[in-house]
Amino acid sequence: MSREIPLSSLDKASDLSVFQLVIKNKNVFWGSIILIIIILVAILGPFFALDPVSLNPMSRLKPPGDAGLFGTDQLGRDVYSRVINGGRISLVVGLTVAIFAVIFGTVMGLLAGYIRILDAIIMRVMDGLMAIPAILLAIAMISLSGATLTTVIAAIVIPEIPRVVRLVRSVVLTVREEPYVESAISVGTPVYLVMIRHVLPNTIAPLIVQATYICGSAMLTEAILGFLGAGIPPEIPSWGNIMSEGRTFFQLTPWIIFFPGIALAVTVLSVNIVGDGLRDTLDPRIARNMR
Amino acid sequence: MLGYIFKRIFMTIPVMVVVALFVFLLLRLSPGDPAAVIAGDYATAEDVQKIREKLGLSEPIVVQFVTWLGSLIQGDLGTSIFSNKPVTELIAQRLEPTLMLALTTIIFSILVAVPLGTIAAFRAGSWIDRLVMLFSVGGFSIPVFVLGYILIYYFSITWRILPVQGYRSPFEDGMLPFIQHIILPTLTLSVIYIALLARMTRASVMEVLEEDYIRTARAKGLSEVKILMRHALGNAAVPIVTVIGIGIALLIGGVVVTESVYNIPGLGRLVLDAVLARDYPIIQGLILFFSLIYVLLNLIIDLTYTLFDPRIKY
Repeated sequence: MSREIPLSSLDKASDLSVFQLVIKNKNVFWGSIILIIIILVAILGPFFALDPVSLNPMSRLKPPGDAGLFGTDQLGRDVYSRVINGGRISLVVGLTVAIFAVIFGTVMGLLAGYIRILDAIIMRVMDGLMAIPAILLAIAMISLSGATLTTVIAAIVIPEIPRVVRLVRSVVLTVREEPYVESAISVGTPVYLVMIRHVLPNTIAPLIVQATYICGSAMLTEAILGFLGAGIPPEIPSWGNIMSEGRTFFQLTPWIIFFPGIALAVTVLSVNIVGDGLRDTLDPRIARNMR
Repeated sequence: MLGYIFKRIFMTIPVMVVVALFVFLLLRLSPGDPAAVIAGDYATAEDVQKIREKLGLSEPIVVQFVTWLGSLIQGDLGTSIFSNKPVTELIAQRLEPTLMLALTTIIFSILVAVPLGTIAAFRAGSWIDRLVMLFSVGGFSIPVFVLGYILIYYFSITWRILPVQGYRSPFEDGMLPFIQHIILPTLTLSVIYIALLARMTRASVMEVLEEDYIRTARAKGLSEVKILMRHALGNAAVPIVTVIGIGIALLIGGVVVTESVYNIPGLGRLVLDAVLARDYPIIQGLILFFSLIYVLLNLIIDLTYTLFDPRIKY
């Protein structure tokens, strides 16, 4: 009667680490490679490029090739070195926003999932927060508290939190019903240990997937805010700021907008492709619903 | 059924109260003196005092909230600091372009995304499916304004087919100028919405195609077109319509950017003008207005299922 499980297949499964499993996915593989190149360029590039803020009035608004690889802007600054430097800011914003949104969202999601009174309050607040258009909320926050890197990051983090809270809360509610958690509770395991041992590990896979999407959308939002003139202070060459300054001369010098625009699109695209791949491998349940 | 409808309508009230509380606290809890922030760097102490009185910032915070909520319920969104006009009046003046842009975008996106998503699901794994999915990931990745400028560069500057910027009213300037001016903004704003809708349509149609009744329909010899149109799409409609509602939030953010790129004098421009002038009552009023639209649209969508989908019972 016993059903045979071929031992070889079990061995195979345990031989593959999660990392190997994930990197086997084509999306994750190619997305990561492009992303690593972009990160390396952002880290190392500025050491080899011209000064992004040095002015050169003699060569203003020069097309690509005439002066520098990507041409120059209205103050004669080298667009190529500005784009390279802007990459650092975009990547930092994307990463920071993802980390903070996940931390705050996880804490609130765990509390909401476990404590009934808090659940009602937290979820109503999250419903309200979700009803406010993210860009408007960010613009309002920045215009009130002044545009610095910190306020811009905070303004992008806050609208992203509800999605994380909902995700973590739903994991908590599902895991709580599992027999192994019920038995852990029945033998008197304290709540915080149940959370750390049983609930948190179950949230990791969907959270990694969610964090990549948040990272991508945060980079877009940062650029949009910069473009609208409500972002990081204009003297910092972020992609959004470069494009914002390029608007005035767009008809003459479209490259000032196109190069940072393409850089941003490729970066966000590779982050999203990695996200799709991670979702397919790490989280088959979500994958079924989303695909 | 009636009970559910009332409950669902009632549920929108706490959401809107939370939104109002957020907007209210945003001004009061921001670091520094909000009146001074709004007044700007070159304001005199007198100006700051004037703004403080106008916003009622000198009263106790609970009193402020209750009076403010009271006037909100009566439909009073406050008065602009600079133009001294009621915010509702300013919104009404700018409503038409935004409404038209949103409508053309929603209609165009549904017309494109639903067939695309359905075909992708039906031919899952084929090149057409891959193409749709690639477009969908790309749509989420390209910044709205970069797309806008690329379109302007080719259609308006290089080929000179369409006007560069601006808005023409279909009621005052005629239908043709309206269409000429709305094409590029609609295309720009639609891309992200199409990406979202096509993805969702593909997912829900794929799920339905695995159901037993689809196999039955095939077994009794129904044509594939009929299966797709009547059985698959009909049953996949609920999640698709839900996403149309949730996507409205995405659309509102895009409207601000699109109107800025194409110089359309709508609500999005009003937001930006208000930010530049630090006219907080307008920003506050617009956040409340857009949130209310979002909440109401999603309420209507939820209620429509209960009326039209016999499977959903509450």
